[in-house]
Amino acid sequence: MSAIVKIPTSLRGLTGGSSEVEVPAGPLDEVITSLTDTYPDLGERLLDDAGNLRRFVNVFVADDDIRFLDGLETAVSSGQVVTILPAVAGG
Amino acid sequence: MSLSYQDLVNEAKLKIPEVDPSQLLDLAGTVTILDVRESDEFDQGAIETARLVPRGLLEGAIGMHVDDLDEKIILYCAGGARSALAAQTLKRMGYTNVSSLRGGFGRWKTDGHPWKLPEALSNDQRGRYSRHILLPEVGEEGQIRLLESKVLIVGAGGLGSPAALYLAAAGVGTIGIVDFDVVDTTNLQRQILHNIDRIGQSKVESARETLAALNPDVEIVTYDERLSSENVLQIFSDYDIVVDGGDNFPTRYLVNDAALHLRIPVVHGSIFRFEGQVTVFEPYQGPCYRCQYAEPPPPELAPNCSEAGVFGVLPGIIGSLQAMETLKILLGIGESLTGRLLTYDGMSQEFRTLRVRRDPTCPACSDENHPPELVEYDQFCTPAGVVARAG
Repeated sequence: MSAIVKIPTSLRGLTGGSSEVEVPAGPLDEVITSLTDTYPDLGERLLDDAGNLRRFVNVFVADDDIRFLDGLETAVSSGQVVTILPAVAGG
Repeated sequence: MSLSYQDLVNEAKLKIPEVDPSQLLDLAGTVTILDVRESDEFDQGAIETARLVPRGLLEGAIGMHVDDLDEKIILYCAGGARSALAAQTLKRMGYTNVSSLRGGFGRWKTDGHPWKLPEALSNDQRGRYSRHILLPEVGEEGQIRLLESKVLIVGAGGLGSPAALYLAAAGVGTIGIVDFDVVDTTNLQRQILHNIDRIGQSKVESARETLAALNPDVEIVTYDERLSSENVLQIFSDYDIVVDGGDNFPTRYLVNDAALHLRIPVVHGSIFRFEGQVTVFEPYQGPCYRCQYAEPPPPELAPNCSEAGVFGVLPGIIGSLQAMETLKILLGIGESLTGRLLTYDGMSQEFRTLRVRRDPTCPACSDENHPPELVEYDQFCTPAGVVARAG
């Protein structure tokens, strides 16, 4: 009963180099809590002091933007993929 | 028994239906009209909606123009003889609804029906673009459209290099390039427009030399300056599409906001180390850059290529995808990435297509009549407000 979180290159330094992390399925905020319990430095990169997702990071559940689903309450089912996508500007 | 040419034509005319010019006029728009004359005849004038398929190529090329054996097809030539023979051949190939225009294009013109002087490719161009012309999705008409198109590329760097090379090779008639930088050694690992002879030279001039050597059909317009709120509207206003290959957040927000002012689509690409993102921002039809990323990350969280490194082939892939999207939009074919964000991870060799949407509260694009005011963006790239749309 777990979901897969895809970690972008820019944040892999905070996950010991892991590109994918398996976490228990559930509401997205719990998925993120599981993630940041394991990798505490990731928390401040994803969430602001009020616990909201930062404006330069997008999160997708099953390839859909959670801002247009139920935000941090979006349900993440077993086997679903959570994609974290920060803005990058390189060219 | 031998048959003369006239015998063959008379025999064909007995076996296939002929239509009069006035009948064809009534059918225009509902039938496929094929001009079976030679290209030099077509270039002198043709029926407006006709497609050129010279008699000598007809049997081989018909499948590219007509999918359905029962589709209504009308063929014409100069006087109605070659098209009668061609129609007979198509009938033998199984096309059930083929007619020939009685009296051909000559009678069509004499009867006073409308015709066009087609924009035509030169013989050299027919050779250069022959692999495009063979594609029914492009054809000669599409190639002419590309030659008449104008694309602006922001940045002659990692993304701009492959994008510019493919757009020039494809025959995009005008390519503008904005970059204020000069070529240095560290660029050459990925910026394939440039070479060791160009070190120290301005990137746009180096780009011009490379692209001119590739395709003399293309007019290269260079802007050896930094894109700013002062010059952006003037530069963008001459173009159909902007390819964003910038390398910093302020430029990307500036590109976005200016494109909203002018309603020009932006083909966006961005890269970091081994990963890239590609999408199309179609003003007011899909999300804009600010819908997607309302704010840039603080600088300490967003190192650029010179700080974080970038795998050299990555911009080759992402910039080529930008060229693909640009050409599709210019030709009006396929499905653009509007509303979809394509991500690429070179390490896992994985593409994902994520759904992205227009944010109804977006400070930049939620009100079509009030695009964002253009300012010198600080590191936070915050919009200064909105202004009323001019005109």
